[in-house]
Amino acid sequence: MSTLVFLEHHDGEIQKGALGVLAKAAQLGDASGVVVGSGVRSLTEQAGKYGASNLFVADDAALDAPLPQPRVDVLASLVRDHGFDTVLFAASVLAADVAAGLAARLDAGLNWDLADLTEQDGRLVGKRPALGDSVVVDVGWGDGPKLALFRSGTFDPVETGRSAQVVDATVQLEEHSKAATMIEQAHAESEGPNLEEADVIVAGGRGLGGPENFTLVEQLAKALGGAVGATRAVVDAGWYPYSTQIGQTGKTVAPKLYVACGISGAIQHKVGMQSSGTIVAINKDPNAPIFEFADFGVVGDIHQIVPKLTELVRERRG
Amino acid sequence: MKIAVCVKQVPEGTKRIDRATMRLDRSGEGALNAFDAHAVEEALRVKDAAGGGEIVLVSMGPAKAADALRKALAMGADRSVLVTDDAAAGADLVGTSRVLAAVLEREQADLVLFGQQAADADGAVLWSAVAERLRTPVISQVAELTVADGKARGKRQTEFGYDVIEAPLPAVVAVSDAINEPRYPSLKGIMGAKSKPQETLTLADLGVEAGAKTEVLALSDPPPRGDTTKIEDDGNAAAQIVEFLAEKRLL
Repeated sequence: MSTLVFLEHHDGEIQKGALGVLAKAAQLGDASGVVVGSGVRSLTEQAGKYGASNLFVADDAALDAPLPQPRVDVLASLVRDHGFDTVLFAASVLAADVAAGLAARLDAGLNWDLADLTEQDGRLVGKRPALGDSVVVDVGWGDGPKLALFRSGTFDPVETGRSAQVVDATVQLEEHSKAATMIEQAHAESEGPNLEEADVIVAGGRGLGGPENFTLVEQLAKALGGAVGATRAVVDAGWYPYSTQIGQTGKTVAPKLYVACGISGAIQHKVGMQSSGTIVAINKDPNAPIFEFADFGVVGDIHQIVPKLTELVRERRG
Repeated sequence: MKIAVCVKQVPEGTKRIDRATMRLDRSGEGALNAFDAHAVEEALRVKDAAGGGEIVLVSMGPAKAADALRKALAMGADRSVLVTDDAAAGADLVGTSRVLAAVLEREQADLVLFGQQAADADGAVLWSAVAERLRTPVISQVAELTVADGKARGKRQTEFGYDVIEAPLPAVVAVSDAINEPRYPSLKGIMGAKSKPQETLTLADLGVEAGAKTEVLALSDPPPRGDTTKIEDDGNAAAQIVEFLAEKRLL
């Protein structure tokens, strides 16, 4: 098995999810990574520790904006020139578009939303939780390159200590790949870690009672060193920005700890967070569905419990 | 302005996988994929802003998907093209994108719209594969769309903030469900939809094969979560949570 992993980066950091996929690929066989962008050569140092044998760098001013189609061109050339049989991606807005574009370009099978990857009797098998995670589907690939997108947080980046060889990748862009242009990028000012990379997420739902009460969630998140998430209901109500939305129409997350404050646990939300390591839920409704899948549930008033919890966590963590 | 909207019929209500075929059970009632209604709505708005044009719905699915298409026609789309063929059942991304691209090549629309995901397969990637086959630019996850002067400009959210991306037409744009509130069809729209043209094509008509490069190997039940604890707050819940987190080494 010879695998290429797309190493997405932002603000000079390779995404943790992508490094996790690289570490997994290195366990299964020969793995290489590719970094695409402008002025990105130094990023290879970060990636070297995760088990890649080669790190390809496509460094070109034309690749500066994180647009998918030029990245399809770069990856397609690498697959053709180096004969990779597998190309893996950690899911993101950008990675999904790159993966699907590459699948069409190579006429290759793409399985998405995978939560694991194994080798069974010499063939690659992906695990995909489906239908609100009520069933696990084992998926395979036909002939040709095998492409896959993994749910965020699926694999931990494990350092293997090897160093990789840095190789320049060819950059030759198709006409249609150059057509779209990035006009503006406004990065959300966020304190603390990015939602999909965070080890801890504290999320708020309609049970908070009003947008002003999100400060309770923010303070607890800060005390725990985590990020803030929100349900679709509160985002729709305008209490919190859409970029924090977790669930079927928002982000899928899998932190080590997920604290749900005033969240009922509707299926649309559940599918976005149920792969979390440990789930703590606080809700005043004892019949809320979230208690069916929370590891630790508290029936009570979040306005009483959350400030106290924040204080105790602060004391504990110094 | 000619706009094509790719839509899908999805099973209505609770979805289940047929354990024998290992495919989604599509035998029951079908509905227009709710995410696609946002794309249809956006097409209607773009057409209005352009002062006219045509909206054609493009779909692949069972013959009864014509009913779901009629709902989108009732919203105001002008006509529909449905590719229906037994040989297309089980088509994956590679196969479906090939078939839709073949229809779109015939239609030569200025703008091709998609909804943000399929509510049945949870797929959210098709637009990019179709754009690649059509060799046109693509903008995904668009929450605000402006189409003017031969260009599409989309504002969207990513994991890191907002992007504004511009592309010359023809272009493929996938809209998020935050972009608009789809209208309900009026009674007049529902009555009018019955006489709108609904074309049905086979794979042979298009001269393409659907096919799949992925497969389902097995189904299994998800692993159960471990023990769960549920307590009522007696004034001490915060301390109990801290204790639980400490035990799990999460502090």
